[in-house]
Amino acid sequence: MDLRSPRRCAVITSLLTPLILLAAACAPADDTTATSSGSTSQSPSATGSDEPPAEDECATGSLPLYEDGTLTIATDSPAFEPWFVDDDPTNGEGYESAVAYAVADELGFSDDEVTWVTVPFNSSYQPGTKKFDFDINQISITAKRAEAVTFSDGYYSASQALITLKDSAYAGATSLADFKDAKIGAQVGTTSLDAITNEIAPDQQPFVYDDTNNAKQALLNGQVDAIVSDLPTAFYITAVEIPQGQLVGQFQVTSGETEQFGLLFEKGNPLVDCVNAALAQLQQDGTIAAIEKRWLSNVVDVPELD
Amino acid sequence: MAVPSPPAHVRSARQVERDAWRRSRARRRTLIAAVSTVVVLVGTAWLVVTSPGWERVRDTFFDLDEARAVAPDIIRAFWMNIKLFTVAEVAILVLALGVAVIRVIPVAGLAPLKLVAVVYTDVARGTPTLLVVFLVGFGVPALRLQGVPIDLFWLGVIALTFSYGGYVAEVLRAGIASIHPSQWASGRSLGLSYGQTFRHVVLPQAVRRVMPPLINDFVSLQKDTALVALIGLVEALRTAQINSSRDFDYTPYVVAALGFIALTVPLARATDHLALRAVRREQGST
Amino acid sequence: MTDTVPLLRLDSVCKSFGRHQVLRGVDLRLDTHEVVALIGSSGSGKSTLLRCVNLLEAVDDGTVELDGRDITDPRVDADAVRREIGMVFQAYNLFPHMSVLDNVTLAPRRLRRLPRAEADASARLLLRRFGLEDKVAVHPDQLSGGQQQRVALAQALAMQPRLLLLDEITSALDPELVGEVLEAINDLKQQGMTILMATHEMAFAREVADRMVFLDEGVVLEEGPPVQLLDAPRHERTAAFLRRFRTAAS
Repeated sequence: MDLRSPRRCAVITSLLTPLILLAAACAPADDTTATSSGSTSQSPSATGSDEPPAEDECATGSLPLYEDGTLTIATDSPAFEPWFVDDDPTNGEGYESAVAYAVADELGFSDDEVTWVTVPFNSSYQPGTKKFDFDINQISITAKRAEAVTFSDGYYSASQALITLKDSAYAGATSLADFKDAKIGAQVGTTSLDAITNEIAPDQQPFVYDDTNNAKQALLNGQVDAIVSDLPTAFYITAVEIPQGQLVGQFQVTSGETEQFGLLFEKGNPLVDCVNAALAQLQQDGTIAAIEKRWLSNVVDVPELD
Repeated sequence: MAVPSPPAHVRSARQVERDAWRRSRARRRTLIAAVSTVVVLVGTAWLVVTSPGWERVRDTFFDLDEARAVAPDIIRAFWMNIKLFTVAEVAILVLALGVAVIRVIPVAGLAPLKLVAVVYTDVARGTPTLLVVFLVGFGVPALRLQGVPIDLFWLGVIALTFSYGGYVAEVLRAGIASIHPSQWASGRSLGLSYGQTFRHVVLPQAVRRVMPPLINDFVSLQKDTALVALIGLVEALRTAQINSSRDFDYTPYVVAALGFIALTVPLARATDHLALRAVRREQGST
Repeated sequence: MTDTVPLLRLDSVCKSFGRHQVLRGVDLRLDTHEVVALIGSSGSGKSTLLRCVNLLEAVDDGTVELDGRDITDPRVDADAVRREIGMVFQAYNLFPHMSVLDNVTLAPRRLRRLPRAEADASARLLLRRFGLEDKVAVHPDQLSGGQQQRVALAQALAMQPRLLLLDEITSALDPELVGEVLEAINDLKQQGMTILMATHEMAFAREVADRMVFLDEGVVLEEGPPVQLLDAPRHERTAAFLRRFRTAAS
């Protein structure tokens, strides 16, 4: 009885099996992150080619889409006011929902040819194929971020705002310096957080929350003296959600350019050119201005903090 | 009168041949193991590196420049995690010991306390730690009770202590119960009171015996300190998230992961050593 | 039988575990300096009896008197009583996480509040009597069974008890280790220790015990000097029990 044969079999099998499994699992999938259209520009509007696309490239039928026949748009959940209403992007209400449907319309999609998907913010920039055509979620355009994804042109310029409670010692502040010794909170991943560190530079480390709900709770509990968010969100919070809240003032994030929100695309996605053309058209014919007037108009009289 | 040691045994030719055969088999086994390990590792690495998405993944997860840029922030933020788990662990051990003793002590008339201990253990183990952090972190300050801390660090410590106290109490209880009743009898026979026997005889043995699961829970606690980010505290994982979402790059997460691993490895080796020593001590007999 | 108060007196002691009645009215007395060997088959209640004397078990009925004092009274401080009575078990006496020296000095230091140096010195003397002074720093797991039992004796003696209870302390040992422990017990007897020991070692009992007590089905069936009990038992059951040992020890 030769005891070595079964053992040799076992050795060979144990060697090959993992290799075979690995080879099967890693079968190269079709990856559309092929050649980037070559933009490493520092401008906020990191796009594809610098020339407007030819007319027929943007015909509805020939657009490079995630799913044929429908425009797939992503946003986070919960979707906050005034960007969306009732946490329902499909109702077309709210600034971003309205802009999204306007862009879709300009590209030739009817309202029911738009599909919404939920993508958490942290996943929206993961490498690999995106499961949407673009993501709209108050995402600020920065050069560093443009290395990982492609942004459309900006569709909104955001300034930042500070909210306190009405009875807070900081409610009457007139400049950012007044907040130096305050406990300030903001949502993670927002430029509001950067604004705290860069513009206000308080003595205490900022407090960071998963979303504005938690930040609001902390404000109500007195765990933070103030929270920072973009101006429209701040206005909605103080007008509707926290009546005892006080919108102390707005300020700009310096570094030369105002913050712009952009639509997020997979890196190198050629669809961005057609979307930029659509956005340009919507700016030109006043659609964007009208949407802004409808959903964000009450932000005009907020005092400026410096 | 010393007995001379017997002369060293000289092996027969047959035994020499047996030993030689066994050695050659052992050498062969080592060779096969080494070769197959190398093949699998190199093969996996090759498959990963030659896959079409590798460039993007490498730039997104393993960007050295990004790593170098965020490492100081993340390492500094680890200080918060370390403070949290150091303080919490002490509180957990105290609470867990109290709960375990209440459940174990054979004093009549303590039934209400024992019931509270049982309910606490069930609730603490049954509720996700994340939920406890949330409820304690946001709920307690909202009550606006006088004298209750609203400082986020202490709220985090309270939440972690509440949640982990249940697990550790059960571990300690199991350890105490595993001590042979003769040890109790031995201690009591000497005239030691229940408390003295518990403190000097039973508890030291019980703790040594359950050191591996205790350290396991401690290691787990180190990771769960990241949960306090929910209530606003900035610690290592949150710092990684902040940097990641600012730069749209996942490398900070990898840096944070390496940091957590670096914290765990010394503890893991210490546990192995302690466990070996405990086994030898406790189970060694005639 | 003397007129003085016996060191230990059991009067109609009963003990049950659940429905099983182990001791059904045991009467026993022990005078100071007496060595009494308790014999009987397993389940006859020897261990239970010893544990009742030691107050590790509460008696269901009857009294145990130590030097005339009723120690089964619930108001009595059981821990204080146990300080005066030493007990050694069949196994697991020693505390494995401590050295031999710490094992012996634990009780004196905690209970008699002896300072460490003094306790250590007394312990070393004690261990030397048992021939174990070179083992003071080792842990029990490194001792043989016989050595462990001798350390256990030292541990019990460190509290200077008035009475020593031994519960079959050689039964779990390998035969060649039994002798050294029996020798130790003999030494204790020579020094005047009062001992009540449960044992299977009939030959040893014959040599060392002043009196032997045969426990059968929860009562003392017969007692008397070893010569009488072993060679001329009065009851048939005693004889039957002893026969088993004779045939085994041929």
